[in-house]
Amino acid sequence: MKALIVDDSRAMRMVVARIVTGLGFEVCQAGNGAEALEVLQAEPLPDVALVDWNMPVMDGLSFVKAVRADSRLRAMTLMMVTTESEQGQIVRALAAGAHEYLIKPFTEDALAAKLELLGLIRPAGMVTL
Amino acid sequence: MTAAATVLRPDTFTWFSDFLRERSAISLAAGKEYLVESRLAPVAGEWGHSDLDELFDALRKPIPDSRLTARVVDAMTTNETSFFRDPGSFDALRDKVLPDMIARRSDARSLSVWSAASSSGQELYTIAMMLDNDFPAVSGWQLDLRGTDLSTSMVERARAGRFSPFEVNRGLPAPLLVNYFRRDGRDYVIADGLRKRCRFDAMNLATPWPVLPKFDIVFCRNVLIYFDQEVRERILTRIRSVLAPDGYLFLGPGEAGPSLSDRFTQVRIGSTLVYQPLCQSLGNSIGAQP
Repeated sequence: MKALIVDDSRAMRMVVARIVTGLGFEVCQAGNGAEALEVLQAEPLPDVALVDWNMPVMDGLSFVKAVRADSRLRAMTLMMVTTESEQGQIVRALAAGAHEYLIKPFTEDALAAKLELLGLIRPAGMVTL
Repeated sequence: MTAAATVLRPDTFTWFSDFLRERSAISLAAGKEYLVESRLAPVAGEWGHSDLDELFDALRKPIPDSRLTARVVDAMTTNETSFFRDPGSFDALRDKVLPDMIARRSDARSLSVWSAASSSGQELYTIAMMLDNDFPAVSGWQLDLRGTDLSTSMVERARAGRFSPFEVNRGLPAPLLVNYFRRDGRDYVIADGLRKRCRFDAMNLATPWPVLPKFDIVFCRNVLIYFDQEVRERILTRIRSVLAPDGYLFLGPGEAGPSLSDRFTQVRIGSTLVYQPLCQSLGNSIGAQP
């Protein structure tokens, strides 16, 4: 499994990379939507892109729309990972073609649970106190 | 305010285990010292005690403050939960159990579900969302969606249906967040229509039960592990008595125990085991394993 992390914050990319690497993903990164589209010129395509909303040059919503409009890319799983938490924004992202939505700040298990919902990782063993 | 951490001595842990079992029937296994420390340090702080030893001294008084006792029991009640916790169970519910049960109840047009350790309500609200989203056939049915929990504060939380961004982030599909919640300040609140369909009451599974109706589906997950074997058996016997003869029981991983086979038969659905009253399971549509 391979994940593309699209975020203009290097620190956030590192945090997300550490989590998904721990879940067994290989990682590639981009600092905005336009850079991400360049990364996606290479094959094989990632299994999932984790996409921030507010970024310079090309924001996350525009990136999602660009992926969905490209026949080579459109099957890729997309998840917004963003501080935008208004329901209207979530509706816009889903309508544009995002499959899931994770609100920052988030915990490791929240990201894992979303990847599990998307069928990208198997359920973790139940941890009980 | 949180009191300073205390490393529990073995005799203190033993004493507190007995104290808790007498008041809640919750059994603390050896090695759960960290659980006591993490749950009770904030309580000690709330009550002005500098550490857990001081808190325990207050509990050891001949007549301890009943509010403090209730608060301690409350804090020790496990509230670990999330929407769609253990997705395999909800896959089984959506793909097999609900279609089967809805077909069986199509004449009566009624369906009842009990979340027996409902904590802050996520489990029952998950079921309510699933029924509304995936089973339009039950629109107009009489639905009895009931949650109970030992902790009165959790019952209040569940009734309010208010969840933090952290809670809705965890396991809740985004389309359901959009459709069944409204934003209120920083939190997300279950939509009124869904919230009013779910009833939450305080109830201790380990003490005599109030009169309950028959339920078609019972979720009793991740709570039996906190009771000792005798209480666990008693609870399972009582669940059997309130479960419809063709109903389904969901337990948490590792909670079945060897004696369950006296009263229930297990049915494997995908990766999940669910349970049906023994005498009724043969011939059910889902492929019972005697």
